[in-house]
This record gives sequence, C-alpha cells and structure tokens, in this order.
Amino acid sequence: MTTRNAVFALIPALMALPAAAQAEMGVSEFTLDNGMQVLVRQDHRAPVVVSQVWYRVGSSYEGRGQTGISHLFEHMMFKGTEQYPEGEFSDIIAREGGRLNAFTGRDFTAYFEILAADRLPIALELEADRMANLQLSAEDLATEREVVLEERRLRTDDRPEGRFGERYSAVAHPGTGYAHPIIGWADDVAGTQVDDLQNWYEQWYTPANATLVVAGDVEPQAVYELAQNYFGDIEGAAAPEVHDPEVLSPPGERRLIYRDEQTRVPQLRMGYEVPSFATADSARDPYALLLLATVLDGGDGARLAEELVRGSQVAAAAGAGYNPMTRLDGEFSLYGVPGDGDVEAVEAALREQIKRVQENPVSEEELERARSQLLADHLFELDSVFYQAMQLGMLETTGAGWETLAAFEENIRALTAADLQAAAQRYLRADHLTVGIMLPAEAGDEA
Amino acid sequence: MRRGILALMLLLITQTGGAMEADIQQWETESGSTVLFVERHELPIVDIRIAFDAGSARDGDQPGLARMTSNLLLEGTSSKDAGEIAREFERYGARVSADSGRDTGDVSLRALSEPARLDPVIGTLATAVAEADFPAEAVERVRRQMLLGLEQAKSSAADLAERAFTKAIYGDHPYASAPAGTIESVEAIARADIEAFHARHYTAANATIAIVGDLDRARAEAIASRLSEALPTGEPLPPLPEVMLPEAAQTVRVPFEAEQTHVVIGQPSVRQGDEAYYPLYLGNHILGGNGLTSLLAERMREERGLSYSSSSRISTGARRGRFQMATQVRNDALEEALSVLRGSFTELREQGPDAERLDASKRNITGGFPLQLDSNRDLLGYVSSIGFHGLDHDYLTQFVGRVEDLTAEEVREALQQHLDPERMVTVLVGPAATVNAVE
Repeated sequence: MTTRNAVFALIPALMALPAAAQAEMGVSEFTLDNGMQVLVRQDHRAPVVVSQVWYRVGSSYEGRGQTGISHLFEHMMFKGTEQYPEGEFSDIIAREGGRLNAFTGRDFTAYFEILAADRLPIALELEADRMANLQLSAEDLATEREVVLEERRLRTDDRPEGRFGERYSAVAHPGTGYAHPIIGWADDVAGTQVDDLQNWYEQWYTPANATLVVAGDVEPQAVYELAQNYFGDIEGAAAPEVHDPEVLSPPGERRLIYRDEQTRVPQLRMGYEVPSFATADSARDPYALLLLATVLDGGDGARLAEELVRGSQVAAAAGAGYNPMTRLDGEFSLYGVPGDGDVEAVEAALREQIKRVQENPVSEEELERARSQLLADHLFELDSVFYQAMQLGMLETTGAGWETLAAFEENIRALTAADLQAAAQRYLRADHLTVGIMLPAEAGDEA
Repeated sequence: MRRGILALMLLLITQTGGAMEADIQQWETESGSTVLFVERHELPIVDIRIAFDAGSARDGDQPGLARMTSNLLLEGTSSKDAGEIAREFERYGARVSADSGRDTGDVSLRALSEPARLDPVIGTLATAVAEADFPAEAVERVRRQMLLGLEQAKSSAADLAERAFTKAIYGDHPYASAPAGTIESVEAIARADIEAFHARHYTAANATIAIVGDLDRARAEAIASRLSEALPTGEPLPPLPEVMLPEAAQTVRVPFEAEQTHVVIGQPSVRQGDEAYYPLYLGNHILGGNGLTSLLAERMREERGLSYSSSSRISTGARRGRFQMATQVRNDALEEALSVLRGSFTELREQGPDAERLDASKRNITGGFPLQLDSNRDLLGYVSSIGFHGLDHDYLTQFVGRVEDLTAEEVREALQQHLDPERMVTVLVGPAATVNAVE
C-alpha cells in the first residue's frame, strides 16, 4: 500500500521537464516519475474541463470466483478516505458546480469529473487522495454489495435482453476474460470480502497502472505540473502482468438457443471473433472491418436496411457493428429481429450478406460512401469533449495507444475494395462464429 | 416530453461564461417559420433541428399517429424511395433523424459545413420532409416495426411503469397516451390519417428551425428559407387543453414477474413559464435531482443499500409537465422503500430544506452551467427549446438569478402549494403478491 505524502516535495519547474510528445490531434503526453501517464487534449471552445483517471483493470482481469470485483471496487472508491470521509468527494464536486461518476468495462475502470476549467486542481487532489488513501470497511461493503445486487437485478436479472446477453457472452468468448459479465455473477458479488478488495486496490490502483486524461480548456504544461503536484508522490509497484492464454483458436462455430418466459419478440445475435486494434497482425485490418460494418449498416441507405428491412422484409430491424477498442480479440457483430417471427430466415439472410462481401468486392460507390461516413463521424466526435477523453482512455487501456487516432484518416482512405474482400474472407469465418437466438417460451413451457 | 428546464438553463453560461458566447440570432422566414441561429466556427460542422408542433399531444383519438408519421417522414417521396433518400445524406457523411415526443415532432441533421457537402443535403432534407408521400409498402412495414416494439415493451418493467404513470396522472388529457400508441390503435391507423396529420402539422407556420454551427448569417438565412419555403404555409394549431390535477391519491398496481419492483410516485407539475417552477426546480434538485448527492440517493442507496437508482425529476411542457420520484427495489424491501420515498418528500415539503442543502444545491445549479454546454449538439437542443416555447433569449440569465435569490421558505411554500401527497399517483410494477401487499 502506498501513502501519498501530503507535502509537495517536488517542484516541477526545477526538474528536467520531459519533452511532451506533441502529436497531431492536439494531444500531449507526459509520464510522471512514478510511471503514471498523463494525456492532455486541448479544446478551448468552452471554459470546461473533463478529468478522467483510467486504471488498466476491468472484468477481463478477474479470475474464477472473483467476478464482478472490478465493478464492486469501483463502487467502494466512493466510500471515503481519512481526509475526505464518505460523501465528501461528491459533495465537494457538487458544490463546485461539477458532476462526477465512474464506469467499469471489460478492460478498464475509470473515474471522472466535469468542472469549470479553473477547478481542475480540486478534482486532481480528490482523485490522488483516493488512489492512495482509500479506506475499506466491512460495514460499507455490506451496504454497497446490496446496491450492486440491485444494479444487477435492474440491468440483467429482470430483463430478457440482459439474461440473453449474459448467456451469449459466455458462449461467444469461451475461456477468455470476456466470457463473464462485467457486473459479475451474483454469487461472486455476494462472496467478495474486504480483504479481496484491499488486495485488488493494492495490486491495480498504482500510479504506474493509471492514465490521467484531461480534456478541455487547459494548457498541457499546467496540467502536467498539477498532476506532478498531486499524483507525483504516490508510490507503488508496477501492476502485475496480466496473463491471457491463447485459448481455443479457432473456437469453432457455436449455437445458443435461449428460451425466455418473458420475451415476446425473437432476437438474433451473430458474432465473429476478430482482431482488435491491439491484437491485429496488420494495422489495417481493423479499419477494413470498420468499413465492412459501415457498408452493411452505415445507415438506412446501407445494405442491411436496403435489402433485409425494406427489400425482402425478412427483418423488422437488422444491424452490424465492430468495436476495435478491445484489449483481447473483439467481435464483428450482426443482429436481427424477424418481421414475422422467422428467426432462421433472418440468420440465412445475414449469412448471405457475409458471403457476398467475401465473394464480391463492394462497389466503388459503396466504399466511397462508407469512407465519407466514417470520416465525417470521426470529425463529429470532436464536438464532445467528454468523448474525446473517453477515446484516449479506451485506446490506452486496451493497449492500442492513443496515437492510433492520428492514423485513422490515412487508413480509411488507403483501403481498397479488394482489401475489404480479403478481410472478410480472412476473418468472417464460420469457425469463429457464434449464433445466439432468443425465443419466447414454447406453449406449455411455463411452470 | 420535451427537454426540461435543466437543459435550458445550461444555456446561461453563454451569457455569463465568456468563452462560449451563444449569441442567439432570431428571425422569421417569409413562410412564417421561426428561426434561431448560433454561429460557431470552431468545428466545420452544422447542426439543424426543425421542431414541429406535431407531438403525440396532437394524436387526437388515434394514439401513435404522430409517432407513425414521424417514423415515416423520410421513407419516400413521389420521385425517391427511402434508400435513395438515405444515400443522398450518407454520400456526404450527413446524419439525419426524425423523432417525436409529446409536444414536438423533430427532424435533426448533422452535416459538414463545406458548401459542396452541405447544400445538397439541405435540398434533400427540404424535399423529403415537405413531399413525404407515405408509400403504402412503407406504411405497412413501419406499422409492423411499431407493433413489434409495443409487443417487446410488455417485457420491460420500466416501460410498463412509465405507461401506467402518465395514464394515471394525466387522465383525459392528450399527454396521457403513450407516444408509441397501443397495439389496437397502431393497427387501426390508415395511410390517409398519416397524410392528413402530415398536411396539418408539418407546415411552415408550425416549424421552429434551430441552427448551430459553422455558417454565417447569410448562409443560415438561405438554409432556413429553403427548408421553410418547401413546406406548405399552414396554420398554427389550437392550444392544447389544460391538464387537470388528479382528484385524489391513487395506487396503480401492474403485475410483472421480477425480483425487483419498479416504483414511480408523482403528479403533474406546472407548465412552462409558471413562476412556481423556480422554487420547485430547486426543491426537486435537493430531493432527488442531483445524482448521488441528493436526499433520496443518500437515504435509499448510501445509508440503506435499498436500490441502485433513486431519484426525482421535474419537467415542464407546453402544458403541465410532471414531478416524479422513481426507484427499483428488491421485492421484500418494497414497503421500506415506499416509506423512505414518501417520508423524505413529506419531510421536505413540511419543513423546507435545511440551510446547508439549500446552499449546496444553489451552488451546484448556478456554478454548473458551463459543464454540459461544451458541444454544438447540446446547444442545438437548448436553442430549439427556447424557440419552440417562445422564451426570452435572456430567460436563462433570469433563471439563475431567480434560483440564487430563493429562500428555504419559498421552496417550502411552492412544494406545499403545487405538489400534494393527497393527489399523488403511486405506480408499482412487480409480482402481484408484492404489489398487492402495500398501500
């Protein structure tokens, strides 16, 4: 356990300043001596700052029996320190006119504040304090465990889509850290003890395992100096290497049929296990998959809407998507809701769509349209300061690196129809495919 | 329901914050549409929203009609089908959507500002909205999609609670019916009904056009004119009827098999422009409107671990909006939760807020303006609301001033006068045995 010295021992101006790795995208990168990374994205449109502390730990780091601990720990981070007891953190930020919250993903746990730009030091002081001085008690845990179990009921246990989603992930990612839910199995949440949380804290909540992302109306050098002031004295070992074994490659085609008593409309999910920014052999492959998803479902004019929803009308809704920001291999996803209940017909139509992009190059018109959409969306994303910070944090914690952003446009422009076809042939293969179907209970099923 | 005042007041920073000066320019097109424009050149993008007085409050005796018209708005004209229209936007990287709520039917566009990319999509938008001709094939397809959505909503406790709550608090008022309609009503809507709704409501006189982004006044004027002049002139709609308050408290129980019971407690609030809104807004912020630091979150979540989410909200509309407290709790804790929710409200209503909470909430409200106004998209929503409700451009400055001046006694008086436990509706969605066991 590290303890932060309350005195600012080091005056940054007297030290050799690390040259900020200044790149395109207006991002500046610094590293503190204790290994903590600092990224600053300037956006001077409004007198606002977004501060996010990202830790490289999430549900995919959890072992058997400890599922949900990343998320439960995230809740416990609001339980206070000696200097700022429970409730103080939130009260201070609220009084300063700010907002705060936190989120846990498969690959990260992150804590954020949004404030008037001149209040940034307040957020940094509070975050540094709980990085070093969090107090965990059995009493607080007992209450918070109930809160998390209520959250689980709300999101998962009481919703057919939630129940289906957990089953789908378990089948789609066999043997990997993505197989279990982020919120954890209820049994594991109920069984987590203070010691488990304390170990989790000591292992993962170290400066060397954290990235501070600050976006908004700030100057990079000033942010660096503040970060040095508040976080610079926190000590801590490097986080343990996380070991993700190579499992089941290829996993083989899998099929899940789930009947749910409360579901009223059948639903289909299909997913091909594919590389992410972090795991791709060729840096271009994720962009080819992004373009393919856009050709299929970039909007109402794209293939799935044109052919499945309006043309054959086999589907009332259909879609495709791909998120390249994952630490492990990701998923190229398809979904469909049958118009008349015939879910197999939707599956056949989606498989036919995949076959088509494998057998024939997409037309130049379609490729150009998909490029225009991805590049425009990339520009539109700059409108949200919060999302800009999110993007940097996700790229860092999933191992892609924030510099990935700078290569986006070049890669999207460079890819050809032949590249897309090759990617479809290489990655959208049946032995990487999961088909998940949720159906209403059959008549007579109900207990 | 339209974005409430919380959203609106964030605009204030543009008058007080300096760096984000939102100088709203307003004019009327020759065809009679109101236009509000904010020039923002930092990014080469433009956001446009046309808000029509065409929400579900105008459904008449056909619930779902406004929503169905909105869903079909971009589905075809006499010369182009839905796919052709969509691709004309997508080719230039533009995003377009049609949405509808209780007060308005909105069409929103986000596009790159370069004329070669913007001008063609403005033309497409103007034609698609004005000349929508509701092909029979599209009507049937959209009907099926809506029916599937309604079917699916039956398995959502949150959706069941929302429907039961609005039905109970609004009684005979048009706000009572769900914008998505009902299975029976959606099945019965004819293509001719949709054409007539479109002709009556999607007119220049009923349109408020908000534009935010990288344009100068001349280009903004040209765009607004093009969008407005494509529409028939039309006539303003008659005002909506007043919302009557429920006569007595009532508990509505909706049986639903689940581990949790969804709870909503509340009543109609006040309408846009009512003076009481300022103290009610502040009172709600203290009670449950400010996330984890609110009274309800503290008592329900932090102290007792009863729920993940416990909050309250207040909104206004063209007519009375709503006040509601909401939570979801495990079934065996329902009685305790109800007593905490009702008890916290009654306590605040009878005693008024303590000085510390009053001060903290004021500071959060007045100090927090810059926060959510850091994007053109947010700005668009606020400007559109100001235009639709006909608010003064400095309304937001006034709002912050008013909140700052409020006393605990004024908050207490407003709560006593406008929110009454004797008229409140409680909706419980959960297992029959659970919801039948409580009052």
